[in-house]
Amino acid sequence: MTPHPGGPPGEGVLAALAAEHRGRLMALARDVALPGGTRIFEEGEKADRFWIIRSGTVALDVHMPGRGRVVVETIGAGSLLGWSWLCPPRQWHLAAETRDPVRAWEFDAAAVHDLCAEDTALGLSLVTVVAETIGDRLRATRTRLLDLYGPPGPQGSGPVP
Amino acid sequence: MTLTPLSYRVVDRRDETHDTVTLVLDPAADALKPFAPGQFAMLYAFGVGEIPVSVSRLADGHRLTHTVRAVGAVSRALCGLRIGGWVGVRGPFGTAWDSAAAHGNDLLVIAGGIGLAPLRPLVDAVMAEPHAFGRLNVLAGSRTPADLLYQDEFPAWEKPFAAVTVDRPANGWTGRVGVVTTLLHEARFTPSDTVAFVCGPEVMMRATARALIHQGVRPDRIRVSLERNMRCATGHCGHCQLGPLLLCRDGPVVGYDQAEPLLTVREL
Repeated sequence: MTPHPGGPPGEGVLAALAAEHRGRLMALARDVALPGGTRIFEEGEKADRFWIIRSGTVALDVHMPGRGRVVVETIGAGSLLGWSWLCPPRQWHLAAETRDPVRAWEFDAAAVHDLCAEDTALGLSLVTVVAETIGDRLRATRTRLLDLYGPPGPQGSGPVP
Repeated sequence: MTLTPLSYRVVDRRDETHDTVTLVLDPAADALKPFAPGQFAMLYAFGVGEIPVSVSRLADGHRLTHTVRAVGAVSRALCGLRIGGWVGVRGPFGTAWDSAAAHGNDLLVIAGGIGLAPLRPLVDAVMAEPHAFGRLNVLAGSRTPADLLYQDEFPAWEKPFAAVTVDRPANGWTGRVGVVTTLLHEARFTPSDTVAFVCGPEVMMRATARALIHQGVRPDRIRVSLERNMRCATGHCGHCQLGPLLLCRDGPVVGYDQAEPLLTVREL
């Protein structure tokens, strides 16, 4: 699971990086404040940035014809917002909207790519952190696919009382 | 005594969700011994059958409160009881949430679905003596917002800390969406000084325990509530055997250090 405990809000992902790497990455960070209800990015747009949330909550959604926007997950302080910038075709798979006022560190993806190419050890650390986030969300999604809180039965794990 | 159900009368009932009901029971004559948070009773729907159901609130005297979800013949019959209806009750059975072992520690109460019901008496007990504990966190996961139990009690639990997340948000839901472990990011606890009480589907408890251990909570400080098919509830029939445990007697509440290797064993 993405490291979060103990650190101040917004440091969850960053805490997984060595101090030296964290310092070099943070030199590229821009402090942003986003009001509640802000559409941060839309599905299919170019993924040229990412964020580390310091406070507040962001909802990830998918537009479904006839149903509007369906929220598939919310993420909060310490979490990485956006990993589509890392992998081709570098387009957002989901859309994101702030649920409440959000403070975040914003990073320009091209600048981070350049930094990772220049410092491959930092690049490996950062990719590992991003991979951990992707793994977390994959595991969470698989767990939710099990519909754990639904009624037990043939597809459930226990007897029907 | 524990093999003979006593007659209890439904003196109050409340529809919690579309398929879940809370029944308040008073003894007709003789009463069972007092229950502790986490313990369960065998509730007998006359002419239908008997199932284990944890107490969902403790009250003075001999009154019992159980929250039942209608998923099978017996639970449907129990949910169908009206005020004045009768039910047979045996108990108390099983191990309890040992809140005394958590004195001086931060507490994580983590529930999935109807798992919040057995944990509610624990939350009540902790809130009744807040100075005995560190920080209390109540984290609940639910299938949909409409499936969330005890919604009117969350404001009181939010004073320490409470958070809810759902798997499937309905239109208008402005809360969290995702698995219950994501709420750990917001909880206020020091992992090395924390005791966690977890109740819900086994997969959810495993994922939660792993997340807690990853964050630094010791396995023996994580309590989970295990369910198996219980019949006698007195440790004789063996229906609820899980490895070396008879869960009606040695459970349902066990430490994760003991439960973890058993939860990955395929059922016989």
